[in-house]
Amino acid sequence: MFHDVVVIGGGGAGLRAAIAVAETNPRLSVAIVSKVYPMRSHTVSAEGGAAGVAAEDDSLDEHAYDTVSGSDWLCDQDAVEAFVHEAPRELLRLEHWGCPWSRQPDGRIAVRAFGGMKKKRTWFAADRTGFHLLHTLFQTALSYTDIVRYDEWYVTKILVDDGRAYGVVAIELATGRIETITASTVIVCTGGCGRVYPFTTNANIKTGDGMALAYRAGAPLKDMEFVQYHPTGLPFTGILITEAARAEGGWLLNKDGYRYLQDYDLGTASPTPVMRSMELGPRDRLSQAFVHEMEKGRTIDTPYGPIVHLDLRHLGAKLIDAKLPFVRELCSKYQNIDPVSELVPVRPVVHYMMGGVHTDIHGATPVQGLYAAGETACVSINGANRLGSNSLPECLVFGNRAGRAAAVFAGRYGDANVPRAILAQGRDEQRRLEQDLGRHANGRERIADIRTEMQTTMENGTGIYRDRDSMEKAADKLRELQERFAKAAIDDHSQTFNTELVALLELSFMLDVAESIVACALRREESRGAHQRTDFPDRDDDRYLAHSLIQRGSDGTGRVRYLPVTITRWPPGERVYGR
Amino acid sequence: MTAYHRPIPILWWTERWSYLLFVLRELSSVFVAWFVVYLLLLINAISDGPAAYDEFVERSGHWWVVAINVIALLFVLLHTVTWFGLAPKAMVVKLQGRRVPPRAILAAHYAAWLLLSAITAWVILR
Amino acid sequence: MADRITLEVARFRPELDTEPVLQSYEVPLREHWAVLDGLSYIKDHLDGTLSFRWSCRMGICGSCGMTVNGDPQLTCATFLTDYAPGPIRIEPLRNFPVVRDLIVDIDDFMAKLPTVKPWLIRDVHSPIEEGEYLQTPDELDEYKQYSMCINCMLCYSACPVYALEPTFIGPAAIALAQRYNLDSRDEGASERAEVLASPEGIWSCTFVGECSAACPKGVDPAGAIQRYKLTAATKSIKDLLMPRSAR
Repeated sequence: MFHDVVVIGGGGAGLRAAIAVAETNPRLSVAIVSKVYPMRSHTVSAEGGAAGVAAEDDSLDEHAYDTVSGSDWLCDQDAVEAFVHEAPRELLRLEHWGCPWSRQPDGRIAVRAFGGMKKKRTWFAADRTGFHLLHTLFQTALSYTDIVRYDEWYVTKILVDDGRAYGVVAIELATGRIETITASTVIVCTGGCGRVYPFTTNANIKTGDGMALAYRAGAPLKDMEFVQYHPTGLPFTGILITEAARAEGGWLLNKDGYRYLQDYDLGTASPTPVMRSMELGPRDRLSQAFVHEMEKGRTIDTPYGPIVHLDLRHLGAKLIDAKLPFVRELCSKYQNIDPVSELVPVRPVVHYMMGGVHTDIHGATPVQGLYAAGETACVSINGANRLGSNSLPECLVFGNRAGRAAAVFAGRYGDANVPRAILAQGRDEQRRLEQDLGRHANGRERIADIRTEMQTTMENGTGIYRDRDSMEKAADKLRELQERFAKAAIDDHSQTFNTELVALLELSFMLDVAESIVACALRREESRGAHQRTDFPDRDDDRYLAHSLIQRGSDGTGRVRYLPVTITRWPPGERVYGR
Repeated sequence: MTAYHRPIPILWWTERWSYLLFVLRELSSVFVAWFVVYLLLLINAISDGPAAYDEFVERSGHWWVVAINVIALLFVLLHTVTWFGLAPKAMVVKLQGRRVPPRAILAAHYAAWLLLSAITAWVILR
Repeated sequence: MADRITLEVARFRPELDTEPVLQSYEVPLREHWAVLDGLSYIKDHLDGTLSFRWSCRMGICGSCGMTVNGDPQLTCATFLTDYAPGPIRIEPLRNFPVVRDLIVDIDDFMAKLPTVKPWLIRDVHSPIEEGEYLQTPDELDEYKQYSMCINCMLCYSACPVYALEPTFIGPAAIALAQRYNLDSRDEGASERAEVLASPEGIWSCTFVGECSAACPKGVDPAGAIQRYKLTAATKSIKDLLMPRSAR
């Protein structure tokens, strides 16, 4: 099996990349290899919207500045400039492909406010934006008959020889068949790794596969210490209540019914939403404010942890049904409450990975022929904190860029005759997987136990606030879990849809990703964006205005180094919200 | 890999009220056809003269013919009612840019039915 | 309320079983626990060999459709307490080949979907530079309902016609075709007509209506199909009366 381009993952970035390849060079054969059917991908869960300058009073520079300041100056400004420039075009392309964007009365695209954005520039399809975006992409991709899909195939390894990627090894879940799929280029679009934590908005499939695959293939991971906590998740389930709820005018109240954000340098409590202020502040600051409220005893204790309230009652049923119907549906189904008349209990929840596979502005990793895009990748436009509604357009802009770059590379250097060493590696991997199944058959540790301990470790070690002590403990614990992983048990010996084997492989990927998060967080002795250290509470531009890059050594341990941030037009400054 | 294909149970249509209704409605077309045949026989009898007509009427009075016709009537009613129930879903009518509510379309169907029945009754009974 | 509930789960391991067998598990009965949480509890703590699909656990990815006490349901949006004191019977979706345990083969749908061309078709695509195709909120409302399909397959599982005539294109695929037919930006209705108006298309449907009852997203595929029947019938009559005006 050979394809010029193999895309791992069929979500927003993966589908966009595959279409870009097909458009750039129709002679190329492009395959999407995904562990789920593309329309099950986690892009489907995105709710609030996608940012792209559209209004007359807005400008690309303002979108760029909001993104740069939102990132606490850790993004690369050349990447941000490319991103804000191409985002509106990508969103329009989606419109031309049929995406049901919400509209103004005259038929033009409607935009809404969003956290950390100075102007209204977030395109939305009610509050099911990711769902509509994904299905539009998936259905459009169906019209490209050259795009081959390997649905429900699980990639276990990226094949690399002499610093260049030549394909993947994957398991067909339905049959257990292990195949080497060779390729001229590989694009990793597998999304984030929220399942490394116990309480997350992320779907069950978000296990950092692509990050670990690329890491093991020799590509460095970048800025892994920056984990975004979204301020409003439903307790117990962790289901996301979109930021659009606050953008439409929702308030965050502590146990006294007080809009506590005004105590945290986020502005004054105005009855109507004010851009870049209060509830429309950035996610890192809002989640940190929650922790302070909790420490002051001003949150409400529940069986599922402390909560505050999101108050939407003053918005009225009409607005909620028009702009936030999914929020109402989710609250009613999973919390038994109606936000029209009741307060919504919420607490911060792991939502997004700012870090990921290190790529340049074209999605290329340092490994030749290996590309990455979407949440898996770190270009970086998100730096230390991503702004809400920047991630969907990121999938499109950089999915497209990676697809184009990969198509050019495959067109220029592609060759179906891959080195012999690659085929040997493929056979080795097949043998390893078969042996794994046998070896773990005698294991005694439950996969779920190791996974749960890893998740608790991550929450305790690298939560919203961290310090050296807690992180060193986490690092030790993760080392222990890596050892225990070797004894993890597989009771399922079937070749057919062996989800226990998948869970084992996912856990192995997650442990690697978890270790990289802790290692990078330990090294960064400052507080910036989503990385807040109680032992180093200030930002330190002299030492850390730089990306952390963690590279896997031959012994499996990661080594961290730093890469300067690219600054074009916005020198580092203070992040100001609400004043 | 050998997937399992669940055989369809013979009594699958008893599993749900809607399935039963579906099978009954499919069956109702037989009785619609019966009424057509019956009507043709009637017309044939009329064209053959008063004697043939009287014979037809007499035969229609047999208890089993009456029974068949009562059952047929019930099935045809079922057919009509479910058909009308479907109409508002099939017909999206717009008046002055606004969608006519499904209930109104349903009501219009029943009104038309009533009207046609009344006209028929008037023609026969006057 | 008892603190545990029994789940009777259909098991089918093609290497071992010739047909599904039920296996009982006791799981905690807790408020807020979906049926899916019960299944995950089994997988994590009682029996790692139980196989099922799930992902978003918020009713939008469409992975976790199963038959719960005889009804097609998204197990992430169906709650244990609603079935207390139990037991709850959990089986794979009906009308699909069972691959393993609660996992069914939906390749048939995946193959049929592209045949109705569920993408925006234009005679000429305007350049991106010219901006968006205008569409008023009313025009959006025309097709919005049909765009809500999450491909969860509950409608196929509920449809007796699909069970009896596997060639039927089916509720979701037809609803998605209608989603584009009714989109003011689309010009591809005639390209979809051949497949939709074929015997395997709308005319297979006898309006049982269970697809719409089963749909967790309020798509109403039955409505979409009946509506297209009228469209197709009207078109046939027009073509018959005015053969020359047809295209």
